[in-house]
Amino acid sequence: MSIFEYNGSALVAMVGKNCFAIAADRRLGVQLQTIATDFQRIYKMHDRLFIGLSGLATDAQTLYQRLVFRHKLYQLREERDMKPETFANLVSAILYEKRFGPYFCQPVIAGLSDEDKPFICTMDSIGAKELAKDFVVAGTASESLYGACEAMYKPDLEPEELFETISQALLASVDRDCLSGWGGHVYLVTPTEIKERILKGRMD
Amino acid sequence: MTKQQANWSPYDFNGGTCVAVAGADYCVIAADTRMSTGYNILTRDYSKICKLADKSLLASSGFQADVRALQKNLEARHQIYQHQHNKQMSCPAMAQLLSNTLYYKRFFPYYAFNVLGGLDNEGKGCVFTYDAVGSYEKVGYSSQGSGSKLIMPFLDNQLKSPSPLLLPAQDAVTPLSELEAIDLVKTAFASATERDIYTGDKLEIVVLNREGIRREYMELRKD
Amino acid sequence: MTKSTIELPPKGGFSFDLCKRNEMLFKKGVQPPSFRKTGTTIVGLIFQEGVVLGADTRATEGPIVADKNCEKIHYMAPNIYCCGAGTAADTEAVTDMVSSQLKLHRYHTGRESRVVTALTLLKSHLFNYQGYVSAALVLGGVDVTGPHLHTIYPHGSTDTLPFATMGSGSLAAMSVFESKYREGLTREEGINLVCEAISSGIFNDLGSGSNVDVCVITKGNVEYLRNHVLPNPRTYTSAKGYSFPKPTEVLMTKVIKLKEKVEVIEGGDAMEE
Repeated sequence: MSIFEYNGSALVAMVGKNCFAIAADRRLGVQLQTIATDFQRIYKMHDRLFIGLSGLATDAQTLYQRLVFRHKLYQLREERDMKPETFANLVSAILYEKRFGPYFCQPVIAGLSDEDKPFICTMDSIGAKELAKDFVVAGTASESLYGACEAMYKPDLEPEELFETISQALLASVDRDCLSGWGGHVYLVTPTEIKERILKGRMD
Repeated sequence: MTKQQANWSPYDFNGGTCVAVAGADYCVIAADTRMSTGYNILTRDYSKICKLADKSLLASSGFQADVRALQKNLEARHQIYQHQHNKQMSCPAMAQLLSNTLYYKRFFPYYAFNVLGGLDNEGKGCVFTYDAVGSYEKVGYSSQGSGSKLIMPFLDNQLKSPSPLLLPAQDAVTPLSELEAIDLVKTAFASATERDIYTGDKLEIVVLNREGIRREYMELRKD
Repeated sequence: MTKSTIELPPKGGFSFDLCKRNEMLFKKGVQPPSFRKTGTTIVGLIFQEGVVLGADTRATEGPIVADKNCEKIHYMAPNIYCCGAGTAADTEAVTDMVSSQLKLHRYHTGRESRVVTALTLLKSHLFNYQGYVSAALVLGGVDVTGPHLHTIYPHGSTDTLPFATMGSGSLAAMSVFESKYREGLTREEGINLVCEAISSGIFNDLGSGSNVDVCVITKGNVEYLRNHVLPNPRTYTSAKGYSFPKPTEVLMTKVIKLKEKVEVIEGGDAMEE
């Protein structure tokens, strides 16, 4: 067993027209046993910046706390929110610092820049950034998500179309993965509002 | 003498993806034509689809040496069947034969992942999907091989068949027309080729219907 | 860092505090994780007036393509670029690190960086880590002493060559160079030969793919040709598109309105009264 498969997860982020969506499943398991069915994998750094952490949940939460700490220090010193690009570089640096004893998690970062340009990015567990224009995925269902997103994604979707696409891709993928599922959690972010939705999915 | 080749393996993995979709009066069987090992491409033009009988086609990925051996075995058994019964084997019969042939080598399996597609005695499309040791199931659509994890969720999303637990039993075949099914298969393969390094070069689509067998080809990415 | 009561941003260098825990996990039978690799074909050659570097744009994680269009030609200095193969995080980090060292050095000396300086910094870092920082590099640039091309292996050994290839597609690319390279190529011929070498890697090596990136460095000029050739477009998209047979079922929706951005209009008298 790979350590990334201990808790199980599915994460995906997509870019639309002046908006983005980030979605995750809601299961927390210990191998094949389900522990929680309302687990939060996506965290809000500030109103226009989200990070999803897949992989080993204990590491994900530790990493999240360190990121909150560093982000707050930045806010105090700079009196502004971090840009998504800056935040991605921070996460990458924190992960690469532990190159020879990594946190076992793969982050997905999604944010809107000051000019309302969407930004999405993912990394491996040692901070190799991958900036994409369309979609990024992570977690135990990543292969299924790659297939589903590659077939369903279209560029420049309007917010509600984007929501439907990301939800369909997520639910289709987690149904083919034993370690993730139990519905989904979607954040849809436009320049004017954040829509947080909980999706109904198979409960097995 | 020093021990040599202690970790030699009788198996290799040649990649490739197979898909089959059954409809009311047709069956679409498709596979890419790339054969590879490790990071090398052995050939860009290798057919993974084998005609076993008039109305059953077998698409297999995995270790192609084992696949060839399996195909030859089935062909021989089919020859005997024809001599004994003076008719072609039906697709469900071929499905059971394939299962038995695979399980016969339970402890030194054929490293082959098969999808059997064809028309049953009523002329309805049918698809059978297998694991390497002969466990099989009749389904409405299926995918096997290196890109199956990428293709399966998309097929689920578009064709989601009714639960097999429902009573009365519902039909597993997909509601799509033949052209729609071919279009879906093409999209699925183009998507899988984008992300799976072992899938690519060319897509071979075989359509089985009342008129007989038709073959189509579509180019895929060659990198 | 352990001395302070709160955890302060570290000064730099690796942290090994999870190593013991991870070692324990691996001993208990969980597999060590795999990292994102750049399967990669990277090449470089010296032509009449300078150096041409080339790279494919595929990043893989096992058999899956993680990034279809990544950048493998990294900036080192205005006159030096470096192609990276191996673990993606390592190539990125090592080139970034040396690039900033070079910049500090330029501020200090007020002179253009030399390729050998970059070479020495890279190889000494890699040598220190005994090959565990797995970066295989092709370094090229033009400085006061002329054009230079080097390869650097993960353990820190280096080569100085008129043409070089690295990565999983290196054999495919080298076969093109060995049969067609000669001294005194023109700029046009150099770019074409690099493209051909990368293409042979893209098509014949499964670890490499997508597009061709080229970087031409001459005395006092750099031309970065991102996606110079795009030989692998998607082959099929359904003409009529498709719809989702079943809409998603939403259990709960929460809407948070964001604050309007306030435009601060400057001008006028800032201090009236």
